[in-house]
Amino acid sequence: MTIEAWYIIITGALIAASTAILGSFLVLRKMAMLGDAISHAVLPGIVVAFLLSGERDSTLLLIGAAFSGLLASLLIELLHRKARLQEDASIGVSFTWLFAMGVLLISAYTGQVDLDQECVLYGEIAYVPLDLMAFGNTYLPRPLLVAALLFLIVLLYLLFSFKGLKLMSFNPDFAQSLGIRTQVWHFTFMAMVSLTTVLAFEIVGAILIVALLVVPAATAFLWTRALIPMIVLAVFIGVLSSFGGYGLASVLKGSIAGAMVSVAGLLFFSSLLIKLLTPKKN
Amino acid sequence: MASLSNYISILDPSLLVVMAGTVLLSISASLVGTFAFLQKRSLVGDAVAHAILPGIALAFILKGEKDPLILLFGALISGWIAIALMDFISTKTKLSSDTAIATILSVFFGFGILLLTYIQGQANGNQAGLDQFLFGKAAAMRQSDLWVYGGLALVLILAVFLFFKEFSLLSFNPDFAQSLGLPVKTLRFILNTLMVLAIAVGIQAVGVVLMAALLITPSAAARSWTDSLKPMMLIAAMMAALSSFAGSYLSFIAPSMPTGPWIVMSLSLMALASLFFAPKRGMLARLLQQKKHQRKIRNENILKAIYHFSERSDQQKDWLRIEDIQGIRAFKNDSLKEGLKQLNRKGLLLLKSHQLQLSKRGEQEAMRIVRLHRLWEMYLTQRLRLKSDHIHPNAETMEHIISPEIEAQLLRELDYPDLDPHQSPIPYENDN
Repeated sequence: MTIEAWYIIITGALIAASTAILGSFLVLRKMAMLGDAISHAVLPGIVVAFLLSGERDSTLLLIGAAFSGLLASLLIELLHRKARLQEDASIGVSFTWLFAMGVLLISAYTGQVDLDQECVLYGEIAYVPLDLMAFGNTYLPRPLLVAALLFLIVLLYLLFSFKGLKLMSFNPDFAQSLGIRTQVWHFTFMAMVSLTTVLAFEIVGAILIVALLVVPAATAFLWTRALIPMIVLAVFIGVLSSFGGYGLASVLKGSIAGAMVSVAGLLFFSSLLIKLLTPKKN
Repeated sequence: MASLSNYISILDPSLLVVMAGTVLLSISASLVGTFAFLQKRSLVGDAVAHAILPGIALAFILKGEKDPLILLFGALISGWIAIALMDFISTKTKLSSDTAIATILSVFFGFGILLLTYIQGQANGNQAGLDQFLFGKAAAMRQSDLWVYGGLALVLILAVFLFFKEFSLLSFNPDFAQSLGLPVKTLRFILNTLMVLAIAVGIQAVGVVLMAALLITPSAAARSWTDSLKPMMLIAAMMAALSSFAGSYLSFIAPSMPTGPWIVMSLSLMALASLFFAPKRGMLARLLQQKKHQRKIRNENILKAIYHFSERSDQQKDWLRIEDIQGIRAFKNDSLKEGLKQLNRKGLLLLKSHQLQLSKRGEQEAMRIVRLHRLWEMYLTQRLRLKSDHIHPNAETMEHIISPEIEAQLLRELDYPDLDPHQSPIPYENDN
């Protein structure tokens, strides 16, 4: 394989590993669709930040996206608790509105924003090797470095808040009774999900992020429900999807992100099939 | 408005047909969506919308052209497989239903994107416009497509009318429907099929990604205006029609813009306005009602505190100071002053430079509240056999709620008692 192929695969693998870690908690906390909603809802924040800063890599972008991700989860809470709209509809109304706003902003400022509708949908991981950054004499792709940084942040977050996340996922009432401030944990977790969505956005697109968040974790959940093995397995499945996806995409000459998700889906359905066909012990 | 009439007058007949078609598509989606909303399956609709993408793409690959009937058939098959898989995963595995929805949604959509990009890589001349399934572009529909989609939308609307009774029973109380001997499984199959078809038709207008809005948002908005199903569906359909009209108008002003997001934008604004500002059920109305209620309870508590003071203090004094009330019950200072002013305005209280006194009517009102409190305590100890040290908090709530009818009934039941369980006298109007 060429060095370009390795760049793409490693970038995909790093992103899939980061999302698999966070996704395990999303699946355990039964919040997969909230993750879906947030990944759609960060779009207007990203576009506005683009318009203000005029470039891709800026902290403004992160702030914009984190802000609109937070706005989405607040709007969902507001509609659900205060306007008494049922929860599924609160999620549906909020994220479609914010996503529509994002698409409209993109088409209104086509000339000024280096973004298009397709990029929103499935990213441009194929262009990873083209976006190089110089380190003295060596050149490395910028998205690869972003993905590595993201993986590092998620890993650190996991190390420092493992206990809290674990309690929150398995027994939130018990956590509350211990005096743990569950709301604070909830919002920092949501902020991490938003951050991941933003950093991974330009590489795999806003919508396919959901697949990388949920599918490897759901697959791992079919095999084990012990937390640490589940996370490790989910990361492994995410990395495997990156390799398989690159191969599938180069055969079909299609979107790499789409192929990654298809491979992850294949792994999910084969796990489902194996689990259902093998007789249960005792 | 000049530009609006301008808009309509320069439209040639074929464009008007496109608009009528778009309106029809969104009405059918909003009607079917109401049932999905009532069954709390809105997000299933979202997943189905994403999941029909691979069906459309596969149908195109097999057939090689954009024949609307073939594409619809492909959409129907993959939408159905998606629904069946979601039900299967959430019943047969320990995965929660929302994980099942998110998994199916994203895997099918990712596979659809892969197929779509594969088709684009094949450089087949007929594929142009396939990507409009993603965000919708009603104006790009061909006349012949439009007849198919518009006709289907009409059939859907008709089907909703025909099965209205069955579908509403199924949505509100499936167990009852079953006990009536209705074929619940068949009905559910029909309703799911209608949903998949409505989605397959609706994505012509708004595209796959935003289709959920066309299903959910009209009914979510309509819900805040009414409690009954028929008006709700009517309002939902009207909002859907209005917003698709507005959407195509706006994308006429700015032709480079996709229709779908404009439709969703106007729909969402209508929905948010309804949810926040609708009378009675809107958030603002609820908050105001709550405030009003809190004020009423506080004012009644102030009257009660004044009554308790004169009951407890040995020396009778006509004019009380604010501190006297604070001694009986700890009110927040501002809140107490506000309450005193309101009671004064209602003629229940006389105010004189930091001193106060109940009016005749105020005294009666205070007596009524104390009486209700003590009667309820009596009822709890005598009829429910509760211990006398457990009853006070409950009576604190009930004294603000008991209506004159219930009061009369309590009096009869308890045979006009003189003392409450704590041996305090129960005040009657003609006592003193």
